Amino acid sequence: MSPRRVTGGRLAWLGSLPFLAYVGLFLLAPTVVVAAGAFTDTANRPTLANVRVLGDRTVVDSFVNSIALSAASAVIGAVLGAVLAWVVVTGNPDGALRRTTTAVCGVLAQFGGVTLAFAFIASIGNQGLVTLALAQLGPQLSTGWLYELPGLVLVYSYFQVPLMVLVFLPALDGVRPQWREAAETLGGSPWQYFRHVAVPLLTPAFLGALLLLFANAFAAYATAAALISQGAIIAPLQIRTALTSEVVLGQANAGKAIALGMILVVAVAMTLYALVQRRSARWLR
Amino acid sequence: MTTTTTTTATATARAGVEVRLEQLRRTYGSVTALDGLDLVLRPGEMVALLGPSGCGKTTALRLLAGLEDADGGRVVVGGQDVTRLPTNKRGMGMVFQAYSLFPHMTALQNVAFGLRLRKVSDRERTRRAGEVLELVGLSAQADRYAHQMSGGQQQRVALARALAIQPTVLLLDEPLSALDAKVRAQLRDEIRRVQLEVGTTTLFVTHDQEEALAIADRVGVMNAGRLEQLAPPTDVYHRPSSSFVAEFVGLSTKLPATVAGGRADVLGVSLPLVDAAAPPGPARAVVRPEAVGLAAAGPGETGPLVGTVVATSFLGAVSRVTVDLGPAGQALAQLPTSDVGGFAVGSRALVTLRPDAVVVLPPA
Amino acid sequence: MSADAAPAVAPPVPAAPPAPAVAGLRRRATRRRTVVRVVLLVLFGTFFAVPLLALVEFSTRGAGGIGGSRSLTGWAQIADYPDLVGAIVASLELAVLTSVVSLALLVPTMVWIRLRVPQLSRLVEFLCLLPLTIPAIVLVVGWAPIYLWINYLTPRAYQASPLALTFAYVVLVLPYSYRTIDAGLAAIDVRTLSEAARSLGASWATVLLRVIAPNIGPALLNAAVLSVALVLGEFTVASLLNYVNVQVAMNNLSQQNSNVAYAVATASLAAVFLLLFLLSLAGRRRRTRGSSA
Repeated sequence: MSPRRVTGGRLAWLGSLPFLAYVGLFLLAPTVVVAAGAFTDTANRPTLANVRVLGDRTVVDSFVNSIALSAASAVIGAVLGAVLAWVVVTGNPDGALRRTTTAVCGVLAQFGGVTLAFAFIASIGNQGLVTLALAQLGPQLSTGWLYELPGLVLVYSYFQVPLMVLVFLPALDGVRPQWREAAETLGGSPWQYFRHVAVPLLTPAFLGALLLLFANAFAAYATAAALISQGAIIAPLQIRTALTSEVVLGQANAGKAIALGMILVVAVAMTLYALVQRRSARWLR
Repeated sequence: MTTTTTTTATATARAGVEVRLEQLRRTYGSVTALDGLDLVLRPGEMVALLGPSGCGKTTALRLLAGLEDADGGRVVVGGQDVTRLPTNKRGMGMVFQAYSLFPHMTALQNVAFGLRLRKVSDRERTRRAGEVLELVGLSAQADRYAHQMSGGQQQRVALARALAIQPTVLLLDEPLSALDAKVRAQLRDEIRRVQLEVGTTTLFVTHDQEEALAIADRVGVMNAGRLEQLAPPTDVYHRPSSSFVAEFVGLSTKLPATVAGGRADVLGVSLPLVDAAAPPGPARAVVRPEAVGLAAAGPGETGPLVGTVVATSFLGAVSRVTVDLGPAGQALAQLPTSDVGGFAVGSRALVTLRPDAVVVLPPA
Repeated sequence: MSADAAPAVAPPVPAAPPAPAVAGLRRRATRRRTVVRVVLLVLFGTFFAVPLLALVEFSTRGAGGIGGSRSLTGWAQIADYPDLVGAIVASLELAVLTSVVSLALLVPTMVWIRLRVPQLSRLVEFLCLLPLTIPAIVLVVGWAPIYLWINYLTPRAYQASPLALTFAYVVLVLPYSYRTIDAGLAAIDVRTLSEAARSLGASWATVLLRVIAPNIGPALLNAAVLSVALVLGEFTVASLLNYVNVQVAMNNLSQQNSNVAYAVATASLAAVFLLLFLLSLAGRRRRTRGSSA
C-alpha cells in the first residue's frame, strides 16, 4: 500500500468521534448500566441483594425453562433445518428450488414477535383454522398447550428451522462429492459413508449452528410476550415483570441482575460457537 | 522390468486381473460421452486413457468404478461381469484429481479406512496401513491431516488409501493435474514405481500426453466417445493410426506430400511410408520436430525447403525453431541448443528431413 | 517400456453383444431420493404455509366461521381506530428515521476509517456486531434509565412521541447495516476513488456524497430496506419502554377486536415479506450480472 497521506495527523481518529459517542451512549452505557446496576441498590450503593434474586425460586425456574425451551427449539430446528438444507443441496445449485428456499428462509428466519404469535393462534388456537377444520372432521384439538412451553417450542421452530438452513447450507456445500465416491470405492455402503464420513465431518458445523440457534431462542422475547400475556415462565418474561411492576421481587434493580444472567448464558453459547466454528472452517473450505 | 515384483509390498501385492470394457455406451441428454467403447486391460498392465476434455475418458473410468450407470455394454473384471455390481462391492481403488482425503482423519486413518470398513482388527489395519504409507514414502506424515500436507503428499496418501484395500483394479482420475510441474513429474514416476511393485491392473486417465506417454504400458487415445488407437507409447507417437492421434499426440508439422509407389514425396524428398497401404495421390505428411533438421542456406539458394526463420524457443538442452516455407506452411525443427546459433530470427535456412518412415493423412 | 513384458493375452474383442439394458443402479437410487425430497418439501412447505394462510384466513373470517363467507370488515375497520392509524404512521416514520440516521452515522465513519484510521476498523466492527450478542431484552433494561433522561430533556408536547425510539432502533440495526455497507465498500476501491476525487479538488463532503455513495448505492438500499423491515416488526423495545408503535398497538387491540388486529398483522407482514423478498431477488440479479463482491 502506498504511504498514507496524513492531513489529520494523529487526530484523524476524531473523525470517528460521532460514531463512538453514539455507540458509547446507546450501546455501551446501557450495557454498563445493566452490569453495574446488577450490583448496586437504588441509592447506588454496592450490594449483592440483586444478584441474590438469581437464586429465587421463580427466577431459577424461569432460567431452567428458558434453557429447556432454547435447547429444545434449537435441537428441533437444527435437525429439521439440516434435513431441509440437505433437500436443497441435493438439487441443482443454481436451480429455482435453491433460490426460492434461501430467499424464503432469509425472510422467515427474521420473522417473529406479535405477528408470528398471531399466525399460530390463528392456526391452532381455540378458533384457529386447523383446530376448527379438524373439529369438523371429528378430532378435538386441545389448544391450551400453545400458551405454555411446548407451544413456544413449536412457534420458535418456525424461525429456527429457516435460520438453520441459512447457517448450515454453506457447510453442506463444503462437503465434496469425492468424499462420497472415495468412501464408495473403498467399500462403504451409503450408511457407512453417513456414519463414518458425513456425520463426523459435519459435527462441528452442526454443533456451531446448534449453539447459534440456542442463543437466538434464548434472546427471543417478543413472540413469547405476545403469546403469554401474563406470568413469566421464561427469563425474558421475568425481565418484563421486573420492569413493569417494580415491587414484585422487592428490588428495583432485580431486572438488571436477570439481564446480566441472560448475558452470561448467551456469552457462553457464543464463545463455544466461535470455538467450534474454527474447527469446521478448517475442514469444510 | 517385470510387472509383478514383490518386495516390501506383501500387504498390497496381488496378481493383476484382466479388465474388459465391452461396447460401453453413455449419453447425457443429447451428448454422447461413450459411443460403444471397447477396451481390454491385460493383467497387471497400466493403460493411460488420453484425450481432450469431453472425449469420454473420465466417463469410461467412472463406469468401470461403478460411479455411473452405463446405458449399454458390459464391464468384466477378472472374468466376472460386474456391470450390475454397486461401486462398494467392486473392490476397486480410486485416486481422484484432488481434495479427496477425508479431512477429519489423519493420513494413517485415511489409509486404514477401507480396512476399517472390512472389519479388519485395529492392530492389523494400523500395521497394514503403515506398510502402505511406507510404500509411498510417507511414514513420517502418518499423523498429519490433509490441511497439514502439500498437494503432492495428499495424492500419495490417496494412492496409499486406494492400494490398502488390495484393489482388483487401480483407477487414477487425473491424479496429477492439480499439482505443479515439478511435483507432477516426481509423483508420476513414483506412481509408476509403486504400480509395478504391486502389479495391480491400472487405468490412468489424463489429458496430458507427456504424462500418458511416460507412465503407461499402453496408451489409449480417445476422441468423441471412442478409442482411436490403443498401443504402446512409442507406437502412438511414431505410428499414429489416425489424423486425430497424429495431431493430438506430440508436436508435428504437416507438409504437403504426394503418395506414389509406396513412398511419399514431401517437398521433393522421398520418404518411406509407415502404412504402405496409404492411397496414392496428394496427402499431408506428419513430420515430428526431431525428424526435421536445419542447414545454412547459401546465398541465392532457393527451393521448396528453403525458408525464413520466424521464431526460436529455448527449452534448455534443446531448442525449437520455426521456419516459414511460404505456401507449404511452416516447419518446426527441434535441435540441440548448441546448434541453433546460426539460425537467428530473420535468417534463411534449409530444412532437411530425416529419412524416417512418415505417416500420411488425407489432404486438408 | 515394459509393454512387451505384459502377457499377450488380449484376444480380439468379440463381436459386440447386443447391448443389454443395464439395471441402472444409480438411476434407481436417484429416483428414490427424488421421491424422498419431494415428500419432505411438501411437509416443510405445509409447516411454513399453514400459519401464514391461517393469518390471512382469520383476518377475513366472516360470521359463518371457517366455512362461511369471507368478510373484509376487519380490514375496513382499521381506519376506525385512530390510535392504530397513528401507530402505523409512527412505525413508518420510525422506519425512515432509523434508516437515515443509521446510514448517516455509519457510512462517513466507515469510509473515514478505511481511509485514515484502519487501526480502528476492528474496534468499529466489534462495536457494530455487539448487538447480535446482547439480547434486545437486555438492552431495554439498560435503556430504561437513559430514556428517563431523554423524556426529561424533551419538551412536554413531544414526550409521548414514539420517534424517540430511533435512538434505540439505530443500535438494533447496527449489525445488519454494518455488514451490508462493509460488503459494499469492500467491492470498490475507496482509497483510489477518493484520492482521484480529492486530486481534482473535491471536498470531503463531495467525495462522500458524489463519489462514494453512488458507487455503493445497492448496499445503501440494502441496508435501508433491512432497517425498515426490522423496525416495522419491532415490539420488544417499544412495549417495554411504553411507546406505541404498530406492533404494540396490534397487540393491545387483539383482545378487543382480533379481526382488525389480525388484518394489520397480515398487512405489516406482507409489506415486510415483499420488501425482503424483492431485496433478495435484486441482490441475486446483481450478483449473477457478474459484479463480484
